[in-house]
Amino acid sequence: MSLVHEIDYGTKRTKSETLVTVTIDGSPVTVPEGTSIMRAAMEAGTKIPKLCSTDMLDAFGSCRLCLVEIEGRAGTPASCTTPVAEGMAVHTQTERLHRIRRGVMELYISDHPLDCLTCAANGDCELQDMAGAVGLRDVRYGYDGANHVFAKSDGKPNADWHPKDESNPYFTFEPSKCIVCSRCVRACEEVQGTFALTIEGRGFESKVAAGIDEGFLASECVSCGACVQACPTATLSEKSLIEIGQPEHSVVTTCAYCGVGCSFKAEMRGPEVVRMVPYKDGKANEGHSCVKGRFAWGYTTHKDRITKPMIREKITDPWHEVSWEEAIRHTASEFKRIQEKYGRDAIGGITSSRCTNEETYLVQKLVRAAFKNNNVDTCARVCHSPTGYGLKSTFGTSAGTQDFKSVEKADVIVVIGANPTDAHPVFASRMKKRLREGAKLIVVDPRKIDLVKSPHVKAEHHLQLLPGTNVAIINAMAHVVVTEGLIDEAYVRERCEPEDFAAWAKFIAEEKNSPEALEKATGVPAAEVRAAARLYATGGNAAIYYGLGVTEHSQGSTMVMGMANLAMATGNIGKEGVGVNPLRGQNNVQGSCDMGSFPHEFPGYRHVADDAVRQSFEALWGLDLSSEPGLRIPNMVDEAIDGNFKGIYIQGEDIAQSDPDTQHITAGLKAMECVVIHDIFLNETAKYAHVFLPGATFLEKDGTFTNAERRISRVRKVIPPLSGMADWEATQALSNALGYEMSYAHPSEIMDEIAALTPTFKGVSFDKIDRLGSIQWPCNDNAPEGTPVMHVGKFVRGKGRFMLTEFVPTEERTGARFPLILTTGRILSQYNVGAQTRRTANVAWHDEDVLEIHPHDAENRGIRTGDLVAIQSRSGEISLRAHVSERMQPGVVYTTFHHPISGANVVTTDFSDWATNCPEYKVTAVQVRRTNGPSAWQEHFEEEARTMRRVEAHLDAAE
Amino acid sequence: MSEKLQKLVRMANQIADYFRAYPEDRAVAGVGEHIRSFWTGRMRKELAAHAASGGEGLDPLVLEALRRETAAGG
Repeated sequence: MSLVHEIDYGTKRTKSETLVTVTIDGSPVTVPEGTSIMRAAMEAGTKIPKLCSTDMLDAFGSCRLCLVEIEGRAGTPASCTTPVAEGMAVHTQTERLHRIRRGVMELYISDHPLDCLTCAANGDCELQDMAGAVGLRDVRYGYDGANHVFAKSDGKPNADWHPKDESNPYFTFEPSKCIVCSRCVRACEEVQGTFALTIEGRGFESKVAAGIDEGFLASECVSCGACVQACPTATLSEKSLIEIGQPEHSVVTTCAYCGVGCSFKAEMRGPEVVRMVPYKDGKANEGHSCVKGRFAWGYTTHKDRITKPMIREKITDPWHEVSWEEAIRHTASEFKRIQEKYGRDAIGGITSSRCTNEETYLVQKLVRAAFKNNNVDTCARVCHSPTGYGLKSTFGTSAGTQDFKSVEKADVIVVIGANPTDAHPVFASRMKKRLREGAKLIVVDPRKIDLVKSPHVKAEHHLQLLPGTNVAIINAMAHVVVTEGLIDEAYVRERCEPEDFAAWAKFIAEEKNSPEALEKATGVPAAEVRAAARLYATGGNAAIYYGLGVTEHSQGSTMVMGMANLAMATGNIGKEGVGVNPLRGQNNVQGSCDMGSFPHEFPGYRHVADDAVRQSFEALWGLDLSSEPGLRIPNMVDEAIDGNFKGIYIQGEDIAQSDPDTQHITAGLKAMECVVIHDIFLNETAKYAHVFLPGATFLEKDGTFTNAERRISRVRKVIPPLSGMADWEATQALSNALGYEMSYAHPSEIMDEIAALTPTFKGVSFDKIDRLGSIQWPCNDNAPEGTPVMHVGKFVRGKGRFMLTEFVPTEERTGARFPLILTTGRILSQYNVGAQTRRTANVAWHDEDVLEIHPHDAENRGIRTGDLVAIQSRSGEISLRAHVSERMQPGVVYTTFHHPISGANVVTTDFSDWATNCPEYKVTAVQVRRTNGPSAWQEHFEEEARTMRRVEAHLDAAE
Repeated sequence: MSEKLQKLVRMANQIADYFRAYPEDRAVAGVGEHIRSFWTGRMRKELAAHAASGGEGLDPLVLEALRRETAAGG
């Protein structure tokens, strides 16, 4: 293995299809029109010296190193900013160029420290490389004059010198090594879109500054790492690189955080990860990253990792370490005992949206074939199950319609119930780039999220609705489209079921669905809704992106169908730049759903009662399978409390923290006789477990993840599993112990089985993914290389089907006792239940969950920022610190759920989506008041955290 | 009514709330199909038993869907 070296072409690829031929140093080169001379040369293999250019950024032309001579033109133009022209003859190396470049380098080096041997960039320094490339042999100016290098000059403080900024937990900024090429500043603007960096001062005083020169951590910097990656010197360096040294080999893999599914190079020195660097060829991220994927991987070696299997008889006992064999044997015997005593349906399993497709497939296979029931569910139950139901009902399959690249062609972008800059930051950067190019933005969200107004981005319309009224808003928008004649009639006629459309149009045109009639419910001025609807329908390509603010409601599925209706009615499905796109929460939510994790369907979204489908599985798996839908997670809990459900195998999910109405969930867990947790940490749910199987992180196993754009990408093992077993191996061992034989030697064999049984995956194999980089399903004989945009020409179900979407307000109502609505969400630096990110330096940004509250509501209650407040719902009570913020509207409060002690889900209720039981996290009626201590639940939690997590002191056998 | 049964009734009524926008025949069919597709046999039996013993709190659309189901031998 060696380092994966990506070629830096110096400037971006152009999109022109017209080709131009030039000669470079006498050799002809043909490139698309608009290509820079620098890039054309690099494509022909000639590397023109450069410092300020890199192919992630627009050409800048400041370093004066990439100069060339062009026959018939005067001077020495910069090759990065000069496009090729037909017949142009370029010389990249002449005596004159050599002299100029050497002179330029000499100036750079005269103001640069010469500590190359001890410098972190040693071995990967573009400045050093260029000094070599231009043949710099001498610096005639010396180092005594004005400089940025030394803290003192002539014994006095040097005003041009600035100390190293080490405030960011992951990288350092050492101004003395800066050559002011502006790559970092441009990366922050062009790639990330945050505009946190700037060049301060002029001339010799010019320097890079974060924010208003306040240091990286205090500034608006989001720690995405784009600047560090862009820096050609050691000025911006990863602390891990400084600590460990240059990597010697690298492996391309896929991030295990959110559903964007960024591709990274894991750069290694032996078995140690030096850094994660975003991979330019990764189609989900195109070389960009966020603070989580780029930096927050330290949890993989955190001291809290459990690497040995453990068992205990009662959940109040301390854990007892055992061998894998014993843990598996014990689990199998318990599950068999429970099934004999309570019946076949008394056990089940939960697959993980954090694990690979292969692992997820195996868990559902274990449940269906070894448990012999369909009691399998997945964390998508609590996030995107309504997406599955809604998109399948209308379009015919459960998946986002576009690839991420499609946003580059969108003219109107609608963001509903999603906060991409925090939860899907790399896609948000791509979206913001398009917005800066002029696309219009509509935000539908109860909160004033960052996208509503941030540097160079401003929403045309922010429909700041009351939580729980999504369906009212989408109906009102559709009402405007129908009644103002904005339907794309030709599209609807050709592509959709006519009768369903007619019924829908009649329904939606009713006065009760008008923006005026619904204004009272939604709180959004009717004129604003009308304007937004007109923009969506007439503004060109219109694309909807949505998140859990859509799905996690009692009408989540209705809302998904409402968006699908609106998109079909305006012809915004089936081409680039449009679509209905779920932003998936976890890395493999899409995959876990695809892999048959739901209790009613096999891989590929096919119902268990479908005889032909079931028979295909029965034939390959060699046994009869149940045609009865199994239990969903909330039903499992209810049945457990009722005494019918006694054992569960949970892979990589933490329902005691992530699922709503915590006290109900833990009551269910306590009622079970064998809870098996397969995880990397002793998570909250493990407090109620009898068996703990140590899991493997994404660095420790092979497999695939499928991101929000249906893109299947490889996860590659960079180190062996710390516990000795990858997760799929443990599941396989359990199946074998239960008497259903599995004998996969490698996850690729599991994928081959998936492909054999699932029509949409028919053409997928590890070999093909390795060859193509990634594949978007459907991948079959019709689309051997996958499908970037779905429903082109015709819907998966044939004709698109409009569904009626009556607005039914949730039963969760505010009143005198609970006058405020609590809604929940995520923050950039933390991920989901925080099990990973809390065990990294990301806590520098968010070390506790806080309650955001509008100044008006705060004032009424005498609450100031920093006060401890009690939040009480009919389910429970917790205490958090308050943060008074105008991002909220009066009547609505908000918190995150990243820290278990916060217990955000102690207050959420058990109301759920009508179609899928996806919990209504986003609407809880609460009261907020000042308090002076933790709630009773929180105190009890602290106590249980101590008593239910004990591991027996390890006793070495005395010799 | 047990807590679990209350929940089943609420879930069934929520399904009825969605399908109510459709003409009655399609609404009843929709409710029936939804419950058949997504609920376990035990949950369906418990709901049917509740309907058979008066169906307290159940939406008429649910009751009709369950009646059709029973008539069809399901």
